[in-house]
Amino acid sequence: MTVPGVTQKNLKIVGTRPLRPDGVDKVTGRAKFGADIHVPNMLIGRVLRSPHAHARIKSIDVSKAQALKGVKAVITCADLCDLPSEFIPAGEMMVNFKDMTRNVMAREKALYEGHAVAAVAAVSDAVAAHALALIDVQYEVLPHVMDVSKAMEPDAPLLHDDMYTIGVEPKPAMPSNIAKRVEFGFGDLEAGFAKADVIVEREFTTKPVHQGYIEPHACLASVSEDGKAELWCTTQGQFIVRAFCAKLLGMEVSNLRVTASEIGGGFGGKTVVYLEPLALALSRKACQPVKMTMSRTEVFRASGPTSGAKIWVKVGATKDGRITAAEALLKYQAGAFQGSPVQPGAMCAFAPYDLENVRIVGFDVVVNRPKVAAYRAPGGPISEFAVEGVIDEIAKKIGMDPVEFRLKNAAKEGTRAPYGPKLGPIGLVETLQAAKAHAHYRAPLKANQGRGVASGFWFNIGGETCATLNVGEDGSVAMVLGTPDIGGSRASLSMMAAEELGIPMEQVHAIIGDTSSLGFNFLTGGSRVTFSSGMAVVEAARDVIKQLRSRAAKIWEVSAEEVEWVEGRARLLGEGKDKSLSLADLAKTAGKTGGPIVGNAAINATGAGPSLATHLVDVEVDPETGKVTILRYTAIQDAGKAVHPSYVEGQMQGGAVQGIGWALNEEYIYDDKGRLENPGFLDYRIPVCSDVPMIDTVIVEVPNPRHPYGVRGVGETPIVPPMAAIANAVSNATGYRFTDLPMSPPRVLAAIDSQRGG
Amino acid sequence: MAKQHVTTTVNGDTVEFLCGTEQTLLDVLRDELYLTGSKEGCGSGDCGACSVMLDGRLVCACLVLGAEAQGRSVETIEGMAKGDELHPLQQKFLEHAALQCGICTPGFLIAAKALLAKKPNPTETEVRYWLAGNLCRCTGYDKIVRAVMDAAVVMRTA
Ligand code: FES
Ligand code: FES
Repeated sequence: MTVPGVTQKNLKIVGTRPLRPDGVDKVTGRAKFGADIHVPNMLIGRVLRSPHAHARIKSIDVSKAQALKGVKAVITCADLCDLPSEFIPAGEMMVNFKDMTRNVMAREKALYEGHAVAAVAAVSDAVAAHALALIDVQYEVLPHVMDVSKAMEPDAPLLHDDMYTIGVEPKPAMPSNIAKRVEFGFGDLEAGFAKADVIVEREFTTKPVHQGYIEPHACLASVSEDGKAELWCTTQGQFIVRAFCAKLLGMEVSNLRVTASEIGGGFGGKTVVYLEPLALALSRKACQPVKMTMSRTEVFRASGPTSGAKIWVKVGATKDGRITAAEALLKYQAGAFQGSPVQPGAMCAFAPYDLENVRIVGFDVVVNRPKVAAYRAPGGPISEFAVEGVIDEIAKKIGMDPVEFRLKNAAKEGTRAPYGPKLGPIGLVETLQAAKAHAHYRAPLKANQGRGVASGFWFNIGGETCATLNVGEDGSVAMVLGTPDIGGSRASLSMMAAEELGIPMEQVHAIIGDTSSLGFNFLTGGSRVTFSSGMAVVEAARDVIKQLRSRAAKIWEVSAEEVEWVEGRARLLGEGKDKSLSLADLAKTAGKTGGPIVGNAAINATGAGPSLATHLVDVEVDPETGKVTILRYTAIQDAGKAVHPSYVEGQMQGGAVQGIGWALNEEYIYDDKGRLENPGFLDYRIPVCSDVPMIDTVIVEVPNPRHPYGVRGVGETPIVPPMAAIANAVSNATGYRFTDLPMSPPRVLAAIDSQRGG
Repeated sequence: MAKQHVTTTVNGDTVEFLCGTEQTLLDVLRDELYLTGSKEGCGSGDCGACSVMLDGRLVCACLVLGAEAQGRSVETIEGMAKGDELHPLQQKFLEHAALQCGICTPGFLIAAKALLAKKPNPTETEVRYWLAGNLCRCTGYDKIVRAVMDAAVVMRTA
């Protein structure tokens, strides 16, 4: 497909598979991740966490801890600013500073087990741990609520007595745990359902799951006596950390310099602050650097996860396979503070389909669980798990092939999305056609085996982005970026810079700058980096080329218009055509032709294209144990343009396997006191190598016309279809419709037994 | 608390350190010797990010006490490349894009090396079961398994 303005032809580097520039550091153990830094005179910080799911904090006595030898600072909520309610966007989620200051350190109440209540900094980990035990917190334990439907009932324990549901008119008279109601849609549902020959209506549940990055949160803060501060941390966005921490500590952003370490996975979970403000507050008090790391248990108890939810879906269709009406009701757990991804979940729910009559209502509900954080396509996998289950069932009811049914109703360019606007070019149809054509779709199945298919949608985002290209005197290019590299973006961005400049990729050296080395950058999230930073890099490279042409023009004593830039060289147009100067030649003489050559871009990237995917999966269900084995998996996705196909495949494979975990194993399990029972990798079991097969991938490329190379984001979409695809496969293998996640062996066995009449 | 004096060999060099009785080998490597290539993902033996070789056996460094290293030989990721020459596994991990964030990579490389020392020609299933103690949340394992199988070919024919 050719799109005007999008470079797709004669590409030398974009679309190839070079080695990533940061690779050697990562295979030799040299790369420095969050916990890998040590500085002189460093203290160790630790956090005291609430043992109760819901309790009023009556008093905190830190005097004994403070008196312990080797303890240098103890902090409570009094050491952070108490901020008023103020919402700002963070990735695809919104954050509220009043809630943030309470989430990093409990104020009036502890709202979940694991909620931070105090922190200490001491000369060693052992002393810090001892000090925690000496802090005396008096709690008044309150009744708690964990379930989203129970939390919505009028007599449920109330988490925040000043929370009145937003989005209902008139404003409710009483506070409740329902933070927000959202609604989207158009058309006439009643008329639509009246036209349907078949209607399917189902309720679904999903459990909270954790992003499960292998690297626990870690940071090191150093505040000097004059109030200047440095922070090193593992994050998806150093500028966001700076903004949040400055606010929570009452500092000027320019007094805080944040460096993003290498990051050991995030998936959205490292877009918020937990330890960082505490380390800064401790360091400010102790006037010494403070390092803090979370244990794995703390990661589970007090960071992430994404929402668990209850979802109801109703879809009607005609016998010949046209959807006539679609309706959904979503109730998402937000955790202890408002802000579940119910809004994007509602927007995604029916987005793969071209609908005339559609309505989605969503509720954001607080419960006594850790505050949810973004997790890959936040909200999308949950709503589409339900929708894609009902779509599959309806296709079956009218006797139509599930891919055919989806093709018949697929959203395409010009389709009005359920959330309002008309969609630009998208590649859903292409992914469905690729699924149909794939050998996987026709492979024979045996007894107890089933095949499932599901599609998924994700918006992707743009946002504030800066990039700088510094041309060195030897002609090498230092590329400074403000978006942490979480999965190979240094490679894709170096490739685009090199492609534009017409030089080998090895000549471009990517550096992730700290917050003082370039202008504000929004975080690495929302599948925005290859898209937005890519745009910024291309613009900065074009800026460099403009300067290079004028330098050559100066040397040749012609006007810049007479110089073109081809394949890494300035060439004189017209007469004397054979004259040329390389980037290195021009760099060498830069001092004489006008000084350093630096290309800059500071943009607010818009025009991110949605990425759609279709996944195919084969499963085998053991009728004796209920264990589901994934036999074969194929992920098909529209990348717009795969800049580095290996890393695009890697995103698709990684997302699919996270989805397998979400579908089959992963869930937060609490006891009746609201205490997490599985806060470790032994009991919260993410998929291991022997749980999964090879993950086949097919990359479809329908260029995004708003990006110079046609790029769409690719990182998030791959986790949208797996849960539905697997549930559809398990349902096909057993003849029983599965609606609750995870489909763990006891649940699957119970369903099989109920069918046997046992 | 009095610290214990330990003499051991790390990546072929004699190393001495003082360690607390509660410090794990992982703590010692990372916090005393500043060999931070071995990572802590769980501290409970469930993720494999801290994998090292101890007297030629694959272990989770978070499950071994520092004091236990006395008189023994430890091999970590920092000792895997020889000079500027990467180990075939390291090279193949790069070529196959078998890492995204890279936090699990040192552990996988050490574990894979231990596998290939035992079994130079493993099947895919053997690779998958051997590496089942190493968690990776980013890659979906596909490219890791391919990299290990490919490195095995290179090492057999070297
Ligand atoms: S840190 Fe040792 S196994 Fe996870
Ligand atoms: S590459 Fe990130 S955990 Fe394996």
